[in-house]
Amino acid sequence: MAGGHVFKIIHAEFLAPGVKRFVIEAPRIARKQRPGQFVILRIYEEGERIPVTIENSDPERGTVNIVVQSAGKTTQLLNSLNTGDHILDVVGPLGKPSEIANYGTVVVVGGGVGTAMAYPTAAALKRAGNRVISIVGARNKELVILESEMRAVSDALMITTDDGSYADKGFVTDKLRQLIENGTRIDLVVAVGPIVMMKAIAEMTRKENIHTVVSLNPIMIDGTGMCGGCRVLIDGKSEFACVDGPEFDAHKVDFAVLVQRNSMYRDAEQRSLAEYQRCRTEAATRELEHAGAALPAGRQGEQR
Amino acid sequence: MSPTAKKSANPLPMKERIKVPRQLMPEQAAEERAHNFSEVNLGYSPELAQQEALRCLECAKPTCTDSCPVGVKVKEFVERIVIGDFLGAAAKIREDNVLPAVTGRVCPQEDHCEGKCLLSKKVKPLGIGYLERFVADYEKRMGTHVVPNVPPTGKKVAVVGSGPSGLTVAGDLIQKGHKVRVFEALHELGGVLVYGIPEFRLPKQIIREQLDYMREMGVEFETDVVVGRTVTIDDLMGEEGYDAVYIGTGAGLPQFMNIPGEHFNGVYSANEFLTRINLMKAYKFPTYDEPMLDLHGKDVAVIGGGNTALDAIRSALRLGARKAYVIYRRSDAEMPARAEEVHHARQEGIDFQMLTAPVEFLSDGKGWLTAARCVRMELGEPDASGRRRPVPMQGSEFDLPLAVAVIAIGTSANPIVQSTTPGLGTNKRGYIQASEETQRTTRKGVFAGGDIVTGSATVILAMGAGRRAAKSIHEYLTTGEW
Repeated sequence: MAGGHVFKIIHAEFLAPGVKRFVIEAPRIARKQRPGQFVILRIYEEGERIPVTIENSDPERGTVNIVVQSAGKTTQLLNSLNTGDHILDVVGPLGKPSEIANYGTVVVVGGGVGTAMAYPTAAALKRAGNRVISIVGARNKELVILESEMRAVSDALMITTDDGSYADKGFVTDKLRQLIENGTRIDLVVAVGPIVMMKAIAEMTRKENIHTVVSLNPIMIDGTGMCGGCRVLIDGKSEFACVDGPEFDAHKVDFAVLVQRNSMYRDAEQRSLAEYQRCRTEAATRELEHAGAALPAGRQGEQR
Repeated sequence: MSPTAKKSANPLPMKERIKVPRQLMPEQAAEERAHNFSEVNLGYSPELAQQEALRCLECAKPTCTDSCPVGVKVKEFVERIVIGDFLGAAAKIREDNVLPAVTGRVCPQEDHCEGKCLLSKKVKPLGIGYLERFVADYEKRMGTHVVPNVPPTGKKVAVVGSGPSGLTVAGDLIQKGHKVRVFEALHELGGVLVYGIPEFRLPKQIIREQLDYMREMGVEFETDVVVGRTVTIDDLMGEEGYDAVYIGTGAGLPQFMNIPGEHFNGVYSANEFLTRINLMKAYKFPTYDEPMLDLHGKDVAVIGGGNTALDAIRSALRLGARKAYVIYRRSDAEMPARAEEVHHARQEGIDFQMLTAPVEFLSDGKGWLTAARCVRMELGEPDASGRRRPVPMQGSEFDLPLAVAVIAIGTSANPIVQSTTPGLGTNKRGYIQASEETQRTTRKGVFAGGDIVTGSATVILAMGAGRRAAKSIHEYLTTGEW
């Protein structure tokens, strides 16, 4: 807790199943946030520190928007918070901002919740005079987020869903390949999303010699360069995602090492999540017992 | 008889004092403490402290004080212990040292006061660290420390970093009547004292008490502020209206050896390993959410020979490691760790692989560490540090099976403040340029000290820089002259 002041959630809403946007009171961060940066937060005293995407900020109101996808215990717990709740610690903005310049034509690719991270960068690139072609991909219709926001900052927006339930069936890489095959001049590709997606894009653009930037998401603790936990292998050398990144030249990133290092605590993460879910189920059961039969059946699923 | 003109409170004649043996520090038995995080040293009783204090020779020219980076008046506080005025002794220390309970525990006394103690020419030196710790703890138990009341000067000072050097600056300046606000990047105050030094050497409760005392004196604290990111030095000096800023951001990025396999799962930097344990309480997983690799029955090694290395490996032992090695490329004589820690580590059963260096980490083929390939060294000609350079011995390679390796070979400068502060001069290694005398940087009103100026050093050296900085900040605020 920052010297007495608290990080209050002034608005919370689900953008998609399991993906929630929070508007948080954090005036210092709101004033400084630039595209490409992130925050680290801790929900409660025994909580872990996790890096979280900044989708936008409002320096006038002193608020920062973060977008969180439920995965492990901490993100599930976070996504159970609502308007009026508090987050114990929010620190940032961390990492180097995206390098914004007029490159010419830029393709911005957002995969899943990565779209939230790509959005402010796309907006800034557009303001800088670039022609911005955005490609947003998701597993299905429900998981497409920030469509109107992305459309507003893009000269063209393409959407793909893995299952074809919305827009075009396929992957973001299919769209990028089409652009390349159609002879579209591309000066820069910015890709944020799952590691497999970023790796596939890197491989595609390497062949075409198109400069490509990816935003990496390794395990992180302090976010200030002190611990070295977020080290990634760039061109064979260790660099720290929190101070040297999170954006790196995609063609120099060793994605296999990133995948391997992100798996380091898988067992612990699963155990943490299982215990959390067991506690929640027990609490919900107790609540049901207390309330008797008066509660409607769907109560436990109401959180989303 | 007495070398001092004033009549001494010490009833023992000089030649008797040297016959009193150095009083042993009561400690937790090695086999017991190797399995817990409780403090190793238990502290002197009043009787032991008074007995030890009798050994002081009360030198006319006290080399102990001269060699102390913050100039603690050793002779004077020890004399108060002799007469049983323990609170008076504490007050005397506090004139020069705002963190006596900390330095009494973690200062390398052998390099400073005790190393220069006249007694050490014949017998063991006076237990100055033990005595300092005793009076600080006594004062805390009595709960009667004095909060100085000084008229406000109307000047505001921002301190960046709440480690030993920042806290020293804050403590000294608040006592001069300046308004002081300390900014900390982490969620917890104390810097390396909290994330770096483990509970068994420095209980967190001690830091909390020191911080409470500083709050009582009026120091303000703000956590979750990464200066350079959340706010810049220019913002602090500009719109936030600070008259001076002290940068004490501490040691920076952990160094790696740049040998193959350093990215394998199981290879940690010491900072990460210790941060998970000390700051995030990962050893209490799943009560605490931050995970760490389970060390029970595993073979663990630390690479390096400093205090951080020993803190890491002794923590690993306490977390259930089967074998716990220190791999150090030089010999015992060159080890920079505090003598008492090396002694304690050996008692606890840490296996010291001296004159040894890893050349590669090996894995199971799936990215998990299985061993360190090491080479034995011999000492050659002295290098730039004046220590004999370790040279690899031909054909001495061997594989040491390991599940976890912790790299504790030092740090390099954290660039965040420097890169966001125009006009702030740095040296070629990236550390902030500051006068050794005044801690002034190349920017008017901006001072710096501790590890961000010198590179990795000790708590007491950082505090010494803090003292000098506080003095010169006060001068600057009073005279306005730069």
